[in-house]
Amino acid sequence: MSEPTPIQIKEDKIYKTWGLSEAEYSFISEKILGRLPNYTETGLYSVMWSEHCSYKNSKKVLRKLPNDSSRVLAGPGEDAGIIDIGDDQAVVFKAESHNHPSAVEPYQGAATGVGGIIRDIFSMGATPIALLNSLKFGSLDNNQTKHLVKEVVAGIGGYGNCIGIPTIGGEISFEKCYEKNPLVNAMCIGLLDNTQFKHGQASGNNNLIVYVGSTTGRDGIHGATFASDEFSNKKKKQRSAVQVGNPFIEKLLMDACVEIIQEHSDWILGVQDMGAAGLVSSTAEMASKTKSGLMLNLDNVPQREKGMTAYEMMLSESQERMVLCIKPEFEKNVLNFFDEYNLDAVTIGKVTSDKQYKIFHEGKLVVDIPVDSLTDEVPEYDHHGIKPKRISEDREQFDPQIASFKESWLNVLSSPTIASKRYLYETYDSQVKSNTVVRPGSDAGVVRIRGTKKAIASTNDSNSRYVYVDPYIGGQVTVLEAARNIVSTGGIPVGITDCLNYGNPEDPEIFWELDQSVQGIADVCKHLDVPVISGNVSLYNEFNKEAIYPSPMIGMVGLIEDISNITTSAFKKSGDLIYLLGSTGNDFNGSEIQNQLLGRVEGRLNEIDLNAEKKNQEIVLDAIQKHLIKSCHDLSEGGLVAALSESAFDNNLGFNIQTTLTSKQMFSETQSRYLITVDSKNKESIEDLFNDNFECLGFVTNDSTFSIQTADENLDIELSEALDNWKEAIPCLMN
Amino acid sequence: MNFAVITFPGSNCDMDLYHAIKEGINQEVNLVSYKEKSLEGYDGILIPGGFSYGDYLRSGAIASHAPIIDEVIRLANQGKPVLGICNGFQILTEIGLLPGTLTNNRQNRFICEQVGLTVENNKTLFTSKYDFKEKITIPIAHGEGRYYCDSETLHGLNENNQIVFRYDSDVNGSVDRIAGITNKQKNVLGMMPHPERAIENILGSADGLNLFKSMLETQKSEVQ
Repeated sequence: MSEPTPIQIKEDKIYKTWGLSEAEYSFISEKILGRLPNYTETGLYSVMWSEHCSYKNSKKVLRKLPNDSSRVLAGPGEDAGIIDIGDDQAVVFKAESHNHPSAVEPYQGAATGVGGIIRDIFSMGATPIALLNSLKFGSLDNNQTKHLVKEVVAGIGGYGNCIGIPTIGGEISFEKCYEKNPLVNAMCIGLLDNTQFKHGQASGNNNLIVYVGSTTGRDGIHGATFASDEFSNKKKKQRSAVQVGNPFIEKLLMDACVEIIQEHSDWILGVQDMGAAGLVSSTAEMASKTKSGLMLNLDNVPQREKGMTAYEMMLSESQERMVLCIKPEFEKNVLNFFDEYNLDAVTIGKVTSDKQYKIFHEGKLVVDIPVDSLTDEVPEYDHHGIKPKRISEDREQFDPQIASFKESWLNVLSSPTIASKRYLYETYDSQVKSNTVVRPGSDAGVVRIRGTKKAIASTNDSNSRYVYVDPYIGGQVTVLEAARNIVSTGGIPVGITDCLNYGNPEDPEIFWELDQSVQGIADVCKHLDVPVISGNVSLYNEFNKEAIYPSPMIGMVGLIEDISNITTSAFKKSGDLIYLLGSTGNDFNGSEIQNQLLGRVEGRLNEIDLNAEKKNQEIVLDAIQKHLIKSCHDLSEGGLVAALSESAFDNNLGFNIQTTLTSKQMFSETQSRYLITVDSKNKESIEDLFNDNFECLGFVTNDSTFSIQTADENLDIELSEALDNWKEAIPCLMN
Repeated sequence: MNFAVITFPGSNCDMDLYHAIKEGINQEVNLVSYKEKSLEGYDGILIPGGFSYGDYLRSGAIASHAPIIDEVIRLANQGKPVLGICNGFQILTEIGLLPGTLTNNRQNRFICEQVGLTVENNKTLFTSKYDFKEKITIPIAHGEGRYYCDSETLHGLNENNQIVFRYDSDVNGSVDRIAGITNKQKNVLGMMPHPERAIENILGSADGLNLFKSMLETQKSEVQ
């Protein structure tokens, strides 16, 4: 079958099925080219101008986010951002979503999400040291969701375990709105020496473009376009857009790329991962950064299938492929180097000076367009936001009617959002490389940096219920919760990567949610001086016009300057005093208890005192650095009820507390609070540090009982009963 | 003592083992490629965990045909200590240095956790620093760690004291809760748990350190 002619593409509006609007198409043909684009060229524009590659709908909003601090060595624009951690070392990190592929083919969708984010890190010459992930699914009450959970988790483990990078943390939650559109966000952290940093650039006339890795097949064609569209019952033929991963090849590719960048930096000028929009995106981005042109000969591209067209090769998203820009005199060295690793490496083109993007296939020039038009001339859309009706003006709080304190306590523990996720995360290798000090299950995962006193803490956080009821404050909370998780572990927050998961931004209400929540994120980042150095936007997360909750995910990285400061959330010893730092109000809107009692979340959130939040973070870090704290746990979903129970479970301890709070308030989710245990001999020192902003709740016991006395009642719960509710909920729902 | 850590394409615990030797017992250690044909000069051969050749076909199956393997077999037959961990254990069963096989966990899922083991034989060069029946904590991380052998082989393993480590609970469905076995001569040990990940308390356990210390002590006493 021959390809449609330029005239047919125009008349039959074929470009529309690829996601280009009529205005965009006219702009390309009239303003950029002065002629009609051919089939391949139209394909290139459609993927490069997709939201996934161009951020055309979100760019304006993204500019709100601060991306600089004294530690930032590179921000958004590279494959991943870079943060200085002293001693000539830096960390590189980024998160990326793979939501749409995971909905269609959960195992491969999740696996290739992990593969893609790892390539973004090692393409910078950094050695990947940790993986995290944030997953959201529908309610665990149907077989389809269970299947998705099982396959997504298996896909993440299958890839990460094989390649040998520890998965040290993450989060999993369940909400009806994700039933047909699960969220799969993966984050990777790499370690780098500053001097080795390689920009993904193709510069210098006649330098060569080398292709390395797996062969190019027909998988994943139009993946980026697919990720920039909504799901519906009518669109069922989307399976071909999902790629298939091969972690074994990626392991070879990773080892080879890290080695060539670190050991032979004189050979190469740039390295780029072939991710979304494959060959076109990686090469065009490389060339556009240096205002160069590029000439590629597709006949040299290693091909998996016979008879592939230029269009198919350029748009393929086959996995485990990289492009390098190298100096021509080292061509042999580079090709031999990869051959030693049993990897295919071929020269497929060169850098030119005419700023044109030229592709040859079977001896013919099939693409001849300005490089910049693919990357820089993408129209930017300024959407108009409208506040959704559900978001009222007043902030009156829901008043939970707790019929049975004990029953509500146990229900919180067995709620899938709060219950132990061990059954799922124990399938990830969290220890490979022998650097993991804090494994999944505490506030943040921690890997030490071998040969130094330093360690890196990291967490993935989102609370889409809060963002749904109050996008601005919900956005703030997301960052604050991540920061508290880092601080609780003994780390100083140093940087953020984000995945912004939303519905269709052309819907004014959804755009408003995006705009407001990013504003909330930005304001807190500025207040805490934590820059957003990389990230990803995933829009059009809808099924049959039903959007997901607005779901920004924050991946935060913290620096622990001395491994002796590493603190976990688990109670350590009977007799230790239990403190609640921060004051507790009636914060029930958007809470777990509201969701349990009403079956929905609603009502605005109370405004947050950012100064109090910052002050408490400083107090906790100070106390940790003075080694006064035995355990520290951030309070979030499920309030004090969840925090006390979780801290007790790890070492099978009990507690005996007496509080001025009411039973209701035990479920309140007021921000800026920490649950802290302290050796009784340090009572005075810690209370001096805490100032007036605390309550000493009681002490840790080893009598296997939770003894609670609130302002209105006494309650005893057996540790074993609480533990069963928390530990068995997920395995029970899954089987 | 001079150790060789054999690396195959897809090995991913090679550096863990390297550091365990270097920092744990302060001995010489080199990474040796699967392409090599000689292990002359090494006193201990270590086969690391990971996913050699992506575990394609069957765990350890393709690695068992690598160029270095003949040399590993030759040294094993000479009585040199050979230790295979996780994927290394799978490779040792594939090349026939150890009996039985490793198959999918009973749960049919990958499991990574700290597990309790009992030292069932402390009269081997790998376990002399442990007490008999000592309880130790070592992490596992495997999807295909369920040890299987026929009843005759199992009988032989028991008769000859070849079962060196047993899981304290049924973590993966292994026959007789077997976590690690030696050959008849007791100079080849294969085990699914990762002692090289348990050499520092900060990482959760240092109970694996005695395994490497045992190897060192035995070698020293032999030299004397």
